[in-house]
Formats: sequence, C-alpha cells, structure tokens
Amino acid sequence: MEKETCTFSFCKKPAIEEIETDLLLIGGGMACCGAAFEGARWANPKKIKITMVDKAATDRSGAVAMGLSAINTYMGENDPADYVKMVRNDLMGIIREDLVYDLGRHVDDSVQLFEEWGLPIWKIGDDGFSLDGFQAKEAGKAMLKDGGKPVRSGKWQIMINGESYKVIVAEAAKKALQTNREATGVAQNHYERVFIVKLYNDAKDPNRVAAAAGFSVRENKIYVFKAQAMVLAAGGAVNVFRPRSTQEGQGRAWYPVWNSGSGYALGLQAGAELTMMENRFVPARFKDGYGPVGAWFLFFKAKATNSLGEDYCANAEALAEAKAKYGKYVDVLGTALRNHLMMRDMKKGKGPILMRTDEAMAAINKTFKEKLGDKEGAKKVKHLEAEAWEDFLDMAIGQAGLWAAKNIEPDKMPSEIMPTEPYLLGSHAGCAGFWCCGPDDLGAPEEWNKKWPAGNYNRMSTVKGLFMCGDICGASGHKFSSGSHAEGRIAAKSALAFMLDNPGYKPTIKETADHLAAELYLPFEVYEKHKTYTTAPEINPNYIKPKMLQTRLQKISDEYFGGISTWYMTSKTMLDEGLRQLQMLKEDTSKMAASNLHELMRCWENYHRILSVEAHARHILFREESRYPGYYYRGDFDLVDDTNWKAFVNSKYNLEKDTWEVKKVPYVQLVPDGSGH
Amino acid sequence: MPSYVITEKCDGCKAQDKTACQYICPNDLMTLNRDLMKAYNQEPEQCWECYNCVKICPQQAIEIRAYQDFAPLGANVIPMRGTDSIMWTIKFRNGILKRFKFPIRTTAEGSVDPYKGKPEADMAKIKQPGYFTTSKAMPVIKK
Repeated sequence: MEKETCTFSFCKKPAIEEIETDLLLIGGGMACCGAAFEGARWANPKKIKITMVDKAATDRSGAVAMGLSAINTYMGENDPADYVKMVRNDLMGIIREDLVYDLGRHVDDSVQLFEEWGLPIWKIGDDGFSLDGFQAKEAGKAMLKDGGKPVRSGKWQIMINGESYKVIVAEAAKKALQTNREATGVAQNHYERVFIVKLYNDAKDPNRVAAAAGFSVRENKIYVFKAQAMVLAAGGAVNVFRPRSTQEGQGRAWYPVWNSGSGYALGLQAGAELTMMENRFVPARFKDGYGPVGAWFLFFKAKATNSLGEDYCANAEALAEAKAKYGKYVDVLGTALRNHLMMRDMKKGKGPILMRTDEAMAAINKTFKEKLGDKEGAKKVKHLEAEAWEDFLDMAIGQAGLWAAKNIEPDKMPSEIMPTEPYLLGSHAGCAGFWCCGPDDLGAPEEWNKKWPAGNYNRMSTVKGLFMCGDICGASGHKFSSGSHAEGRIAAKSALAFMLDNPGYKPTIKETADHLAAELYLPFEVYEKHKTYTTAPEINPNYIKPKMLQTRLQKISDEYFGGISTWYMTSKTMLDEGLRQLQMLKEDTSKMAASNLHELMRCWENYHRILSVEAHARHILFREESRYPGYYYRGDFDLVDDTNWKAFVNSKYNLEKDTWEVKKVPYVQLVPDGSGH
Repeated sequence: MPSYVITEKCDGCKAQDKTACQYICPNDLMTLNRDLMKAYNQEPEQCWECYNCVKICPQQAIEIRAYQDFAPLGANVIPMRGTDSIMWTIKFRNGILKRFKFPIRTTAEGSVDPYKGKPEADMAKIKQPGYFTTSKAMPVIKK
C-alpha cells in the first residue's frame, strides 16, 4: 500500500512560526502548572525563558479540569517511607521507591500553597465534625502550613471544596509565567490551543531533544518550538480500549477523555525509555457515570457486596484460590486484587455488585442521633448528605445526573459499581510511564542517578534534556493531583540545573520547518486530495477519518489485549495477533484524513493513542506472568511469579526502523518491609 | 452527557472575539455556527460532562442532557457558579429537587500573588532536594 505524502498540492500551506525558548513546558495540567510556578522562580534571576504550550485553556485543562473533591496525596503527620509501602503494595511490589519517596517528601508544600492561593480545605471542627473550607476560615481554623488539621477521608487523602481547584492552580502558574515575561522581555510565553504532535532530536546529538512541533487548533498555523530542555506532562491515555459505554456515552470516560496518550507518544518517538507500560488501571466505579467511590468507602464507611449481600473480598474459597496463584499479595488486598475478587463474583452471576450507600447512611443516622439527639443529629446527617453529593458535583457531575435520572437517593437504595475499561496512566493508581533519573540521596543504585547516561538530573528521561512528570514519569503511581504538581516542580527545577550546567547549547534539527508543516498537515492533504471521489465524505476508500481510527484501535485492544470483552484476559497468541493487526492500523495512519482543525487534532491524538497501546501490548507480551490480576491476565501465565518477574520491564522504540527493544531491569527495594502498609 | 445550547438564549457571544464555551471546552467541542451565530457541541460522544461550558456561559444558554445510551430522560443538574461559591440544583426524574451550595475559593479571583512573602531561589541549592520555598532539611530513607 502506497504511503501518502503532503506537498501542499491540495491543502493550503499554513503559516509557520518558529519560537526560540529555553525551557519548554508541554502540557498545562497540574504537573506543568507546578513546573511553571517553580521554574519561573529559579529562571527569572538568570533571565531564562520559560514557555508553556497547552492544547486547551489552562484554566480548565488536564485531568483536574472538572475539579476534585479530595486531594489524595498529603503526608501531614505521616512518614514518606510509609507512603512508599502503601504505593508498593497497591502496585503489586514493583515501583521506583526513590521516585515515590522523593514525591512524598516534596508534596505537602504544593498542597499548602493551594490553600494559600484560595483552595478551600476542610478542617476538623471543635465538635469533631467536619467544617468546609468557608466554615473553617470563619471559625479561625489554622491553615495547613500552620499545623491546621485537615479532614482525612483516608490515611493519605484530605477533603476539599475543589470545584475551582484547577482554576486556582492555573492562576498561580499564569502569574508565574507573567513574572518570567517581565524578567526576560518576551512578549508571549503561554500558548493555548496549540497541540504538540511530535518532538525532534538535535541534528548533532541524536539523543538530545531539541524541538517540538505542533499546530494551532484555531487557525492555520504551525508552531516549531526550539528549546534547551523540555518538561513533558501531556497526560495518560483514555479511550484506548473499547469502552463499556456506547455512542455518546463514550465521552463519560472515568479519566479525562482528552488524555490521548500524547505524553507517551511524544516521549517514546524521541527515543525515551519506557518502564512498566504493561501496567494499566481498571478502576471499580459507580456503573456508567464513573463517579468516585473513595469517599463512600473511606469517609462514609460504606461496604461493597455482591447482590446476595456477601463481602466478595472476604470469601474464603475465593481468597484461597487467589492465594494459590498470586501469593503473598493476597494477604494485603490492593486495588487490583479487590477487582479480581469482585469480577469472580460477577462471573458467577452474583452481580450486580452494590455499594451499600443506604446501609452506610442508616448507620451514620443512628450514630449521629444517639450522639447528638434527634434534632442536632438530623442536621448533621443533612450536612453529610450534602457532602456526599458534593463528592460527585466537584469531580463527576454526570454521576449526580445519572442518580437523578434513575431516581437514586443514596440513603434509600444501594448503587451498582463496576470495573471500567482499562486506562494507561502513571499518576493515579497506575504506573505506566518513562524510566527517569531519580534523586541521588536516597540510597538508590547509582545507575538510577549518578550514572544516568543522560546526566544526573532528577526526572530526566533517557533522552538528554527531556524531563517527565505527572502521568508519564513511570513506576511511581499514587501521585494524584498534588503529587503531579509537586513532581512538575521537581522536574522544572532539575531541568534548569541541567541548562545552567550546559550553557551555550543551540538546538538545531535536521528537518526544515516546511518539512514539519507537511508532516503535521498530511491529514488535510489526504482529505482534500480524495474528498470529491465519493458523494459522502465519510465513506471513501482512500482514507480513514479519526473517529474510525479510534474505533478500530479500541476494537483491537479490547479483543486481543485484554479489554472488557474477554474479562481482561489475553495471552501470547492473542497479543501476537493483535499486534499484527495494530501494525496495519499504524500503516493506515498515513491515510488518516481531516476536514477541519478539530479533526486534525483528533487524527494526531489517535495516532498518539495507537503508539501508547502498542507499548502497552509489547510490555504485556514480554512479562510472562499476570502481575496485575484484576487489571489484566495472561491466560498462559496466570500467576504472580516473583522469582522471575519481580523486575521492571523497560522498552525503547526506534522511530526510524519502527522496532522495539524490550528488557528486564532489576527491582531494588529501598524502604524495608514492615508495618504501615 | 453531552452539552446542548438553547437556541433562544445563545447570542454567539456577539460582544466578544470568541465564544466563552469555545474558549473553555477542554476537548475543543463547543464551536460557533457562523451562519446562525449560535454555538453547538460538534462531537457529543467526546463530551466528558465537565460542565465548564455550562458554568462559563454568560447567557446561561448551555445545559447538559444525560447520555441516552444509559440514562433515562427527565432529570437535570444545573449549576450557578459565582465568584466564591457554586449553587447546584438537581432535579430527579420523579420530580425530587435537591439544592446545594458549596465554596469554590477563599480568595478573590485574580488575587493570587504566587511569590508574595516567599524566599528568592538560592541558586547554590538548585541541585539539592527541595524547592525554592524549602527551609528545612529534606528527610531521607532510614535504614
């Protein structure tokens, strides 16, 4: 099949703007907002230019665009070493403990800043009940930085009134970028609605990142950013597997639907080494609406049972069966294994699985009335009911709409929960991402820091000058929103140290700007060239539109790589066949077609999804065990095999040859076992 | 749950250079029909129901209709976002109404002064753990 090329014979050539900056931030979510805030403070005295590029509007971009009802990582009185143990347990034993500990010891500063900037944080009142962010302020409760006591919904989580969480964090980042403009005299350093498609390495140093190319989603214009260093935080990958919802419900993904794997695809095409891409996250959430269950479990103490009222995590037979295959990990059930046990009951027809919100509310009602009397007790219950609804309204509004549509009042009836389609991410309860340099003061092997081939700079990938954070710094999950901000700050500071150590570098790339424009605008050229061949532009043998590109990807990953239709089951033979089909899909991307800028973005987003999924499948194929039962299973190796596979799986993509190298890298434990999982 | 625009209420943000919903949508869904000068959701199956278009619309012309592949008709969830708090009205299919008001921020919009009262960066410490704000020694793993 002949490849299409763009010579601008059919589509109009866009304007091209080349921008020379020093530190480029790709993404505008929590991580890059952290990078802007920390980065500008270090860069300004040295007149180093920082530029942020965001595919959306930074006020509401990234995974926190809707808001959040909790901050899931705040150490407070806890020891970061215990945080490492929790993360290690939840991610089935294999994490980069240097990165996780480092995150834990940094994260609180970001949370305390959020509160200073205006994020309302719940505090414990004098009567032991919770106060929202306003009530706490009125009651004169101390701020977190002054020792104020947050309301914990779990050991690591604190409750917030987080509707405007991202707006507030973005405001600080935008102000920081403004100080950088003032310090450097640059007129513009914040680009919204510019979608970065590809990174380019240096013409003289093939392992150093030099430029990023993207296009405006609003006008016919290509941007080429040249930089000394980059902080990449372009998110994980959503809608890569066929979702449970159909048609318009596909938008109601659990993770933000606009996270299209750009973070993975940009880095891996630049040659950065990946780690733990076999990891995925399959959250169990309220069915269809995908509303959060954390507050119901942790805060309201609700129990999830099968439809016979049985606790599926306490079934002796199921536990024994799991123990035989998955060993010691069954002793402290992490998220994956709880999914595994839930699905076992579902497969036996004991579903629907129910969150017993009604029982939890009844218990609370009883306790409150006993403790406070009928009148005051009822008042507190009403307050608590509002808190339960706020949990949805702050971060999954559609779930509130779904309960309203189905007449579900949580105090009157239970609600169905369900494991979702798989997601690829590294900041929530997953750890798929890039292999990065860590801090050198935590006793980690020197290969992870001092002997890092690209230089000893925290969070630098194996590509010189390319720093990773948020969803794409690998083997270090459970950062969540606050940790992503904190990691963005670590990465930006470290990138600036790298730049100061390497002065005088001038990024050059071998490709001309015209070449980049032709590469990015190919889907326009293809569409314009062929569109009149048929009477209906959607059906044309010469191209594939982005919607069908995504649909075909989802079908392949679902059926062959362990999606919902096989109950997350795959094997070598399945993976081999899926990869064969994926290869043809990848070839077909030279014929993807866009009729407008919106579709052009969708084309490249789906290209990014395809590469992310390929990495995922190749890692699962390489790891001959089922490390994450409940997230995926290798039917041919349905066990957790610590003897052979308690190791990282790393990979590297060669863009020119379209080949992958996959290898095993030893795991090293830094925090000793012990209590406080 | 795709957003929809009420024809009568939408004025295409005439007075501005771009529509508010188009500006804010994280997924580039809201777009302007230039013939009608009205906004619409161009790709409803990619809508995350984040409500950012609903909250920002100066005409309150945008609402959300539940995804019809799993939600029965008849309910709605309507926000009114102010400068410091948000009011929600939830109407159930069976007519039950619930109203909630929650804080959204404790400072005035636009008042964040990120470096106010914060130390300058100490360039001698750029390769050490910690931020420019860090004053205490960072902990390490105890063996």
